[in-house]
Amino acid sequence: MLDIVHLVLFTFLAVIAVAIIRLKDLFAAVMLMGIFSLLSASLFTVMDAVDVAFTEAAVGAGISTILMLATLALTDSKEHPEHNRFQAMPLIAVVLTGAALVYATFDMPRYGDPDAPIHQHVAPRYIEDPGDEIDVPNMVTAVLASYRGYDTWGETTVIFTACVGVMLLLGGHAIVERFRRRKTPVSDGDA
Amino acid sequence: MISHHIPRVLSKLLIPLIMLFALYVQFHGDYGPGGGFQAGVIFGAGIILYTLLFGLDRAKEVFRPRVLEIFVAGGVLLYGGVGLAAIFAGGNFLDYDVLAHDPTHGQHLGILLVELGVGITVAAVMATIFFQFAGRGRTDD
Repeated sequence: MLDIVHLVLFTFLAVIAVAIIRLKDLFAAVMLMGIFSLLSASLFTVMDAVDVAFTEAAVGAGISTILMLATLALTDSKEHPEHNRFQAMPLIAVVLTGAALVYATFDMPRYGDPDAPIHQHVAPRYIEDPGDEIDVPNMVTAVLASYRGYDTWGETTVIFTACVGVMLLLGGHAIVERFRRRKTPVSDGDA
Repeated sequence: MISHHIPRVLSKLLIPLIMLFALYVQFHGDYGPGGGFQAGVIFGAGIILYTLLFGLDRAKEVFRPRVLEIFVAGGVLLYGGVGLAAIFAGGNFLDYDVLAHDPTHGQHLGILLVELGVGITVAAVMATIFFQFAGRGRTDD
């Protein structure tokens, strides 16, 4: 039963990915990317990764779609390809890389295999000990906020840096104006 | 802007619920799925919905960009502050055990504050980035 759900979701993902590549209308492509994220979120839910599914649904399907649409409003919603003729080299490169990746998956442990190397290192301690050490029922929160607090700290600063970058790129003019107004004491309108 | 009465009225019902749900996800993250990042994104989505329906100017009056900027930095500082507080209490950076008299209580307190910092930063960042995109090409700040 679960295999059928996986199969259907993966088929939809592949179909949508091909459709996004072939579409020239960027507005429709953005909408399809939102659907792609929503399907990924369903896939994560089926795989019992509820926290990741939550994030994917909120960020991938929600915020990024909005930001993409806002970008389209600033630029152009049609793709203008430089040339339409068929090129063999990119196709060969993509097919070879894809084949290498598929070949590499044969060496990977099966999905959900309890003997997989990733489950031998620190995972048993994270699963068994939080009751004594941290006492937080949600294991994911315990790992993210406490065991891996450094990584989450790094991620938060990445988000902060992204915001500063967007503010400087898109609103740089306004920031310069604000400082200029602050420097000249006599000006019409306060800062 | 064209008047969209039905979406506006509906959003007035929805936005408080969205923000309440964000707070639930924020503070219930210890017990169920969710946490600071998800809560921040949901709160930011509420702000963006308000901006889409009521216009950028009105949204900037409700959620002032200057205040949002303070929150963008404030969340990161809260996170780092918890880490530094752990150092001053005699532990390592971000070692919550020493924050309270009991290591488990310290962990609870540390996780709560750290997730709150993440939530504040993410919500403010999402709103700020959207304001920047929506306000691009205008002369006013």
